Amino acid sequence: MTAVTVVDYGGGNVRSLCAALERCGAAVTVSADPSVVAASPRLMLAGQGAAGAAMQALESSGLAEALRDAAQRHVPLLGVCVGLQVLFDHSDEDDCACLGLLHGSVHRIQGADRLPHLGWNDVEPLIEHPLTQDLPAITYFAHSYAVTADIPSAVAVTRIDQTTIASVVARGSVAGAQFHPERSSEAGRQLLRRFLDWDGSH
Amino acid sequence: MLRRRIIPCLDVSGGRVVKGVEFVNLRDCGEPVDAALRYAEQGADELCWLNITAGDEAWDHLLAQVAHAGTRIDVPLTVGGGVSDEPHVRDLLGAGADKVSINSAALDRPDLVAECAERHGSQCIVVAIDARRTGDVWEAVASGGRRVTGRNAVEWAREAVERGAGELLVTSMDSDGTQRGYALDLYERLLAAVDVPIIASGGASSPADIADVLELGVSAALAASIFHDGIHTVEEVKHTCRERNLPMR
Repeated sequence: MTAVTVVDYGGGNVRSLCAALERCGAAVTVSADPSVVAASPRLMLAGQGAAGAAMQALESSGLAEALRDAAQRHVPLLGVCVGLQVLFDHSDEDDCACLGLLHGSVHRIQGADRLPHLGWNDVEPLIEHPLTQDLPAITYFAHSYAVTADIPSAVAVTRIDQTTIASVVARGSVAGAQFHPERSSEAGRQLLRRFLDWDGSH
Repeated sequence: MLRRRIIPCLDVSGGRVVKGVEFVNLRDCGEPVDAALRYAEQGADELCWLNITAGDEAWDHLLAQVAHAGTRIDVPLTVGGGVSDEPHVRDLLGAGADKVSINSAALDRPDLVAECAERHGSQCIVVAIDARRTGDVWEAVASGGRRVTGRNAVEWAREAVERGAGELLVTSMDSDGTQRGYALDLYERLLAAVDVPIIASGGASSPADIADVLELGVSAALAASIFHDGIHTVEEVKHTCRERNLPMR
């Protein structure tokens, strides 16, 4: 059984993410304790809410430092939705500095007919990567901010009206999904299984 | 391409799924978690759980049921009904709801929408509007249709979006439960007035009714009776929509 720790910093969808991971056969620990995070072989960063509040909670609890340290040790880490966004250097949402584990900035989506981007959309592979082997797929999104498809860490992309965003990102052992795998039915389980099998290399 | 969504609605009273006509004469239609799982299996893109029992005890029961449902289903879950303050929203999101819908409380105190959107993000705050036709205008009504507000529903929609609503769930009270089709003119006005996703609700009698309202440009169609009674499955509705070249999952 693959062990994974879901980092609990007060975000909303921790419970449904844990249930989805358990359906994939993972042994799930939920923790807000930096020392537990530091000792975990595999990490997930859930996300619901705003980037500023998420970063404040991560920094003040010591979890941000534990995550940066885990990334340096090449521990596989997957952020979901806002959990993806806080992996980058900066977010325009609340104009906040983020974890800086991936390079680039999160911007409000430009060129969409309606925002938030809410609902099921295509995820198309951009390059070969252990996390993108089951793509293309249709997954569930709920967000107004994103990184654009030309960001260096993009491994899969999603078209929204006049624009294209990065919907899966990865660099080294740090990865993120802009959509919600825990609410994306079989397509979501496929991504979670790939993550559970991933050794953090490319 | 972003797909249009089909959202079966579970009206839940006393822990059971019920359905009435124009919000009265409720009939028992089974266990909510069973119904949720059945619809998810049929291809529902999202589920809406509408709590129609008031009171603190009912609220605790609701949170427990949502927590149970939320860990068992693998599509998004929107929960609403009786949400009157920010702690209600926080509790429901914590229990496993992906979005929370606010209705009468937002009409009574529009600032509530901003408070919830700032704290939790617009993407999980749905403002539900019940609208009734009065002459040529649509009026927003409160408390399940029992309370007249005098507010123009389209104006209220615009204000709710300005205050941070990430989505609107708009029910035509004249059509709800009657199976006479969606009130298309209401959604045309709303689509022109706001730039957030709109969920149309009230009046679906057939897959064709659902395709009609989706063709207008609404992001999602919500229906209850036609699914609960087993008249049509979600898959049949999606098949009809695909035949009309609507982008479906």
